[in-house]
Amino acid sequence: MRGVKKLANDMIASPYFSFGVTVLLFAVLYGTGVAMYKGFLRPQVFFNLFIDNAALIIVTVGITFTLIIVGIDLSVGAVLALSCMVLAWLLANTAVPVWAAVAVVLLMGIVIGAAQGYIITKFDLQPFIITLAGMFFCRGMTAVISRDTIQITNETFTAIASYRIPIGDLGFVSVGAVLALIVLAIAAVVLGFTKFGRAVFAIGGSESSAALMGLPVFRTKVIVYTISGFCSALGGVAYALIMLTGYNLHGLGMEMDAIASSVIGGTLLTGGVAFIPGALFGVLIQGVILTFISFQGTLSAWWTKIVVGALLCVFIVMQALITEQKARLSKKSSMGEPPEKAKPGLAG
Amino acid sequence: MEQPVLLEMRHIDKVFPGVRALSNVDFTLRAGEIHSLMGENGAGKSTLVKVLTGVYQRDGGTISLLGKRISPKTPKEAQEAGISTVYQEVNLCKNLTVAENIFIGREPRKHGFIDWATINKRAAELLDSLGVHIDVTKTLDHYSVAVQQMIAIARAIDIEAKILILDEPTSSLDEQETQQLFRIIRMLQKQGLGIIFISHFLEQIYELCDHITVLRNGELVGAYEVEKLPRLELIAKMVGKDLNAVKHMDDFAEKSVPQEEVFLEADHIGEVGQLADVALKLHKGEVVGFAGLLGSGRTETAEILFGAHQPTKGQLKVKGKPVQFGSPMGAMRERIAFCPEDRKTAGIIGDLSVRENIILAMQAKDGMFHHIPYSKQVEIADKYIDLLKIKVSDRDQLIKNLSGGNQQKAIIARWLATKPELLILDEPTRGIDVGTKTEIQKMAIELAKKQGMAVVFISSEMDEMTRTCSKLMVMRDRRKVAELTGDEVNSENVMRAIAGGASS
Ligand SMILES: Nc1ncnc2c1ncn2[C@@H]1O[C@H](COP(=O)(O)OP(=O)(O)OP(=O)(O)O)[C@@H](O)[C@H]1O
Ligand SMILES: [Mg+2]
Repeated sequence: MRGVKKLANDMIASPYFSFGVTVLLFAVLYGTGVAMYKGFLRPQVFFNLFIDNAALIIVTVGITFTLIIVGIDLSVGAVLALSCMVLAWLLANTAVPVWAAVAVVLLMGIVIGAAQGYIITKFDLQPFIITLAGMFFCRGMTAVISRDTIQITNETFTAIASYRIPIGDLGFVSVGAVLALIVLAIAAVVLGFTKFGRAVFAIGGSESSAALMGLPVFRTKVIVYTISGFCSALGGVAYALIMLTGYNLHGLGMEMDAIASSVIGGTLLTGGVAFIPGALFGVLIQGVILTFISFQGTLSAWWTKIVVGALLCVFIVMQALITEQKARLSKKSSMGEPPEKAKPGLAG
Repeated sequence: MEQPVLLEMRHIDKVFPGVRALSNVDFTLRAGEIHSLMGENGAGKSTLVKVLTGVYQRDGGTISLLGKRISPKTPKEAQEAGISTVYQEVNLCKNLTVAENIFIGREPRKHGFIDWATINKRAAELLDSLGVHIDVTKTLDHYSVAVQQMIAIARAIDIEAKILILDEPTSSLDEQETQQLFRIIRMLQKQGLGIIFISHFLEQIYELCDHITVLRNGELVGAYEVEKLPRLELIAKMVGKDLNAVKHMDDFAEKSVPQEEVFLEADHIGEVGQLADVALKLHKGEVVGFAGLLGSGRTETAEILFGAHQPTKGQLKVKGKPVQFGSPMGAMRERIAFCPEDRKTAGIIGDLSVRENIILAMQAKDGMFHHIPYSKQVEIADKYIDLLKIKVSDRDQLIKNLSGGNQQKAIIARWLATKPELLILDEPTRGIDVGTKTEIQKMAIELAKKQGMAVVFISSEMDEMTRTCSKLMVMRDRRKVAELTGDEVNSENVMRAIAGGASS
């Protein structure tokens, strides 16, 4: 009896508990889909999750970096839209090759992110406000470039967009999906195995402690926002590969989807805790719900939002409970130790 | 043979809004020296350290390390220059593992990536050498403050350094851990490091250090060799009074005599896994000490008395009637106050003012919507600022800008302000300077005498317990093993009881 309880406690205290719940939820949703609709079983349905959500995955990775340091980046959707627009405009109105246009867009994302990060860190301002300003700025700039949709007709670009990368005989994925997976892998390695990544977590745990421990807090924070800017721009490229347009209202509200995905994937809004594979599953869960709705045929796509809203509530409450449980456990373990150590002190 | 000078700080000035924290302070540290910085709470010790390590930028003066001028702008630069520091406030990250807290910023790498296996192995070895045997792959928030303090120390001594700074490293350590630390410090001393050691425990200073620099109100009083500075003289220099005044500081008023009425009775209480068995009566006007080693169940008993835990056996009675607190709030309604041991991490709310921090518990007791008029708040805050000599530039100063010891005083004030009938003080004098220490002890006696308050006094310092308490409960292995009253209250009896010898 006690053994079971201890196991349960250990599980809840484990850093992967939240991730496990997310994966389980995804599996349950997917399983239900398979049980209800025959078509769900096709591997391509699974691959489509990555194809359709490539941009969201990339953006979620970026925003997760900012969430770890108890920051936020509300400009991601707007930067994504601006990136699509600049890309479309460059391809439509100039003769620059595709790689150069993409490079320009990515550089732009880096500059926007770095600028926001610098302002936030240097003047110790609220990231919420600064990136909100960044969001308005980028949306505005997008409209300034063009109020109308710009079609992307560049042959190279459309070829890349429709290029299918086969996965055995099972199906295929798009270039965007592969980009998303690469970004995920790099982010996971950077966060888990580099000095920079660990400094990000330390800052999330306690910024003042991180500074006192001699970590480069300023630089790290600026780079975090730069990464978010870069990911938004790259997400824009992935988005353009699907939409083949530049449009002022692209990615509207995407920052919220990204935050939701990240949180469902186990990121704590109190900072210092996140798990990149979790963020992926956060996106995939939203994707599955959308797939459901398209299979079902009559429900409105807004049901996705409703379900995601409900899930968010559930997950936030779960996180709070985990944190509380952990606090209780830690109290016990600290008290459990001293007697063994203390005994020899005076008695001996 | 004089060792070469490692560090020279000259004419250091540091001004904060409203306070001159340092003015014209000189400090010299030689290789192979253990040098103590002494002074009352708020004298400027931590500020001097932080100016040296780049946390604060100095407003004047020069710093030279091995003859070379340095001006660290961040702790990182100081660390790179060879200055390793354990700050007074715990400076670790709770979300990271123990091992990572020790190695972050200087992680060993393999093929460019962090080598977690090596980190975990070396962290475990390092902590083993300090006598701490814990799972280093668990996150820091699994461990007590004492363990966290050892981890911070482990990190600091493992960094390649010429200077090691320890700002009150022993304030949450027990005797054994302290000795372990001293052994390591002496070893580093032999390797030629210069060590700056700050503590309010005079015994530790005299045991460990060879030089003392005394600060008072941000000014340098002088630098001395330990042998040439007897304790009383040191205290006189710290508080700025002459020797005779200090001599009588320790003269104590009579202990309080308990009244007949029992305020709280614990009838063989216990909690599974935490506390075996405690039977205890707390009379009004009585100062009761809980003695015993760290982990003997002192704090656990106090926490049950305050409703933070529920007893799984036995019964609590307040004034003869059985009670069940359910939560600290329940205990507060019965006019019980608890000033926790763990004030370093819990307790202060940094972004509120000193006044707000003091009235916090009162406010909670009265209900959040009961308005305490501003003038009343000011009156209460001022009263305790005065009583406990809390060094503030103004009562509305943010509490995080107070010195460590003064923050603790504010927390004690918070609980005094609730005018309790039972006041539980868990290690109230840790990190508090010698002068105020005796003030707090006297205050405990006064409260019992004049207001008939029952006071529980928990401390690891034996002489302060025997001086203050009219009754001592001795605990071992999570149960009460002896109760000493009247003339029996002396350290010999306590030791015997702890060691397991027979006692009344
Ligand atoms: N960040 C800050 N802002 C404003 N005032 C400060 C700040 N830090 C310290 N002070 C003030 O500087 C003075 C010296 O503080 P310091 O922390 O150096 O004292 P200390 O000698 O370390 O005391 P303790 O023994 O209590 O740790 C105090 O009056 C304190 O209120
Ligand atoms: Mg200090």
